[in-house]
Amino acid sequence: MLSHSEASENFIADAERTDWHDETLWFVRAKRDKASKVLPEWEAMREHASQIKDHTLANLGEYLQAFESKAIANGIHVHWAADAAEHNAIVHGIIAAQGSKTIVKSKSMLTEECHLNDYLASKGIEVVDTDLGERIVQFRNEAPSHIVLPAIHLKKEDVGETFHQHLGTPKGNKDPQFLTEAARQHLRGHFLASEVAITGVNFAVAETGEFVVCTNEGNADMGAHLAKVHIACTGIEKIIPKRADLAVFLRLLARSATGQLITTYSSHFHKPREGQEMHIVLLDNGRTRQLADPKYKNSLKCIRCAACFNTCPVYRRSGGHSYHQPVAGPIGSILAPNIDKKANADLPFASTLCGSCSNVCPVKINIHEQLWFWRQDLMEAGLAPAGKTIGMKLMAFTLANPVIYRVGGSLLRRFSHLLNTRLNPWYKQREMPVAPKESFQEWYKKR
Amino acid sequence: MRVALFVPCYIDQFYPQVAVASLELLEKLGCEVVVPTDQTCCGQPMANSGFASSTVGCDANFTHNFEGFDYIVGPSGSCVLHLKEHHPSEKIRNSVYEICEFLTDVLRITTLSAKFPHRVGLHQSCHGQRGLHLSSMSERNEKPFSKLQDLLSLVNGVEVVMPAREDECCGFGGTFCVTEEAVSVKMGQDRIKEHDANDVEYITGADTSCLMHMEGILRRQGSKVQVKHIVEILNHA
Repeated sequence: MLSHSEASENFIADAERTDWHDETLWFVRAKRDKASKVLPEWEAMREHASQIKDHTLANLGEYLQAFESKAIANGIHVHWAADAAEHNAIVHGIIAAQGSKTIVKSKSMLTEECHLNDYLASKGIEVVDTDLGERIVQFRNEAPSHIVLPAIHLKKEDVGETFHQHLGTPKGNKDPQFLTEAARQHLRGHFLASEVAITGVNFAVAETGEFVVCTNEGNADMGAHLAKVHIACTGIEKIIPKRADLAVFLRLLARSATGQLITTYSSHFHKPREGQEMHIVLLDNGRTRQLADPKYKNSLKCIRCAACFNTCPVYRRSGGHSYHQPVAGPIGSILAPNIDKKANADLPFASTLCGSCSNVCPVKINIHEQLWFWRQDLMEAGLAPAGKTIGMKLMAFTLANPVIYRVGGSLLRRFSHLLNTRLNPWYKQREMPVAPKESFQEWYKKR
Repeated sequence: MRVALFVPCYIDQFYPQVAVASLELLEKLGCEVVVPTDQTCCGQPMANSGFASSTVGCDANFTHNFEGFDYIVGPSGSCVLHLKEHHPSEKIRNSVYEICEFLTDVLRITTLSAKFPHRVGLHQSCHGQRGLHLSSMSERNEKPFSKLQDLLSLVNGVEVVMPAREDECCGFGGTFCVTEEAVSVKMGQDRIKEHDANDVEYITGADTSCLMHMEGILRRQGSKVQVKHIVEILNHA
């Protein structure tokens, strides 16, 4: 697996595509700015949402139990999964009981986190992703590169070629409307045939036992309304106390995610319709571990709007796949190390700590500060790349001793031309600063 | 007013003119400026690289040099932010100021005898902007303001132009500039492109590290655009 910096270098090698990717996502960020700035109450609303989430996380156990009892009373089957393996086994168990072989699934980053599609495939069950972007990347055997815009790394030419190969559209056709219609017809067949529909969950309401799924394509509804069995998969952090809280979260979510005033479909699933079976799987998978750590606890406030992706100058220029995790971008970089420190030790360093992510976050997660905390924890866990620890200790020693610092500084200036080599990553595409004869301190002494 | 001048290590070694301008400017404005001569570094390079646990010696040296002062002023938003957020001494945390912040909020200057008849692009360095709130931020729904622009407006002849994306990061990011070399350089090139589109002669800002990074790219490109720290402009006769 390539590290973030290696994968980014490959991405950026195509400068034109990188610029296009950057500008496309910047456009979304700009739309978000516009949609947020017309609301005088925007900053107050962020604070309100943040406090609701803080309160919920502080009382998560109670709210989860309240949700469970309401949901059961509504006729929903409630399942608890400690980790991804349990989650997948539960979902498989429900599908197997139906004897279904084809499943439709609307967007759920949680099922990506659990690698549910691969797991079900290994059991001979085909999952058809019904979100257009997800279907495109699924055809290409790729992972989503963005949690809201899964195929944002692809241009319409790429989609045309993919559909030509998988749906038989004419070669060279890259007309978005034509290609969307082709996907629509293709998916319609799957919606009609499928007996089980899987959806994600945006919000689970403790007060009522209902859950809310937001999509712009209506694909979650198409799946859930046609299938005999609806399985909703959610992380335990998606609980909110009251239905009224949606008035805050739905407004923040759409405006933060895409700059829309409201998501096209915000569907409330309250109880199964007659003859339907409804399941909800509540997943922990490291979330309670995170909840227990005061430094990282509030990353669980995330509502998966991806505003931090769109604003991140690094993400826009490195692409989602460079983060080698289902959830990329700044939020992914603080969530992933909680799951696997070693595999994700590079991610908290894939940031300049510019702080833009924390500023756009609708629930005020201190993302850039958590990136900083993860850096400390990962280095303390001994996960520094080769040579870094010694280099850092040497630097710390030098900078702690004024005499050594002065001698070192003077040597560095005198021999700085020796650093003009390809071995110096700074010098690869940048000139070194011109070393002055005198340091400021040397000048000051003579003043 | 007695002020201790904090000169970040890389400014001391590679950009002494920024420290000289800071010293002269503060003196011009009537401050008694002391330069503690055993100062080295704020500790940020280690801390942001995940080695905050190794900055004990650096922190102690900083405390030793600066604890006797009520005003510690430095020409680097990033180093100052690090001290404010992470230095173990509360006295130090509460006494340290980025120089533009100090000129605006403590000295409250309203005039300057500076002249700089040039077209200048302003780079908003993230730590100064988002960390120290030297200006409003494009992400937030807040009243626009800029301490840097207010200060530059006191300089005769200077024409300040903002890049299209007013406050996008330049990509320096400390050790990020070498560990994530490709992204870092691309970010810097993109910033420069926007300043170029504005036909500027200089790029200025309150953080020499960002300017050093952009200068490296400008010089590699053979560009005529130069970088200047904002204090060099505020101190320019």
